Amino acid sequence: MIDAPVEGLLARVRRGERSALARLISVFEDGALTLAPALADTTAGAVAIGVTGPPGAGKSTLTSALVTHARSLGLRVGVLAVDPSSPRTGGALLGDRVRMGVHAGDPDVYIRGLASRGRTGGLTDVLPDAMLALELWGAHLVLVETVGVGQSAVDIAGIVDSTLLVTTVAGGDEIQAAKAGVLEVADVVAVNKADLPGAAALASSIRSMLRLHRGGEVSVVRTCARDGTGIAELWPLVYREERAADRTRRRHTAALRRVAVAVGDAVAALVAEEKLDADGAVAGCIGGEVSVDEVVGWFVHRLSQG
Amino acid sequence: MRAIKVVIAKAGLDGHERGAHAVTAMLRDAGMEVTYLGMFQSPEQIVSVAADEDADVIGLSSLNGAHLTFAERVVAAMGDAGLDDVLLVLGGIVPVEDIPRLHEIGVGGVFPAGTLMDEIVGYIESNVRGERVGGPT
Repeated sequence: MIDAPVEGLLARVRRGERSALARLISVFEDGALTLAPALADTTAGAVAIGVTGPPGAGKSTLTSALVTHARSLGLRVGVLAVDPSSPRTGGALLGDRVRMGVHAGDPDVYIRGLASRGRTGGLTDVLPDAMLALELWGAHLVLVETVGVGQSAVDIAGIVDSTLLVTTVAGGDEIQAAKAGVLEVADVVAVNKADLPGAAALASSIRSMLRLHRGGEVSVVRTCARDGTGIAELWPLVYREERAADRTRRRHTAALRRVAVAVGDAVAALVAEEKLDADGAVAGCIGGEVSVDEVVGWFVHRLSQG
Repeated sequence: MRAIKVVIAKAGLDGHERGAHAVTAMLRDAGMEVTYLGMFQSPEQIVSVAADEDADVIGLSSLNGAHLTFAERVVAAMGDAGLDDVLLVLGGIVPVEDIPRLHEIGVGGVFPAGTLMDEIVGYIESNVRGERVGGPT
């Protein structure tokens, strides 16, 4: 299952070679290979933190500040910064690392931009493999940064050990944050750019709302990523070693998600190409006699009957 | 799914980004994945990022006349990092008489101001390296 060139690549990654690490992640990105099932149990694990939130909240700067803190503790760090690919052209601008320039030249920090390449479910099929590559390389901490828009943010939550939502006063009020659905999966909320007026009030209202919906399990911290304010307070809330110790949970979720996405894509393709007509249900839906929910219900019923 | 990965950078103290921004946007619209590094990058930093991103192309923007020195240093850094199969292109304010020397140094495509965008995209697509080692069996 693992051929010779890839075996060679894996050996070089284990020895700490950055170029092999970069190449291994590319191999996963290109969709040629998944190694998570084959290697999962043989690799020392890293603590994985998902950093998500609306554009402009300061995710990259905050991620960079977390890297700085991790380095002060002697940890080796990998960062995966995900940016969306254009649905029209397929291209992408990978701009997050511009904010992390302070780490250039540090042999124990590896930063990589990843484009979503139009995959449904965000990048949840490639990310676990990329995270595994970083663990093989020796990372103690992996930070995964994504734009938190609805489903993609929720998807990331399943494959990391803790999820940090970054928001600011400029990013809209707490109602906007709630609409994204991310508040349901966040472990910690950072109100960034805390030097701006209104930050304390925003933190307070988010805290109240979270207490209402999720009890006391979510912390809200005010940060100023640019100067490091709040980072020391944030760190223990996001760096959850005890969760990382349960490695099966993350791998199980990742594998399950991968299968679900693949099945969904395959069925969607058949429907879109009009190759599968479900006893006329699809045609009926197109003609307006049958609702989409009914069509979906038909498919699910058929699948569950085996 | 394979995409061409490009790192675009300017070096030294040249603060004019318009051209580099335009090329970045154009390459993205052509379906490429572009990491824009911004200004004030040393040749070593540019190459280090290109290595970590496993980039297929390094694009340099030079408007201040220092293109020969800049290119030499980037090519040297690429050699040190083992990035010999990465395509190097350079654009900006480049006198026509310097183009042969740039090619000798190791720059693949030279695109002086006024080059049509399609030509840059076409050049990259034609000259970028092929399959990666460790690809599909």
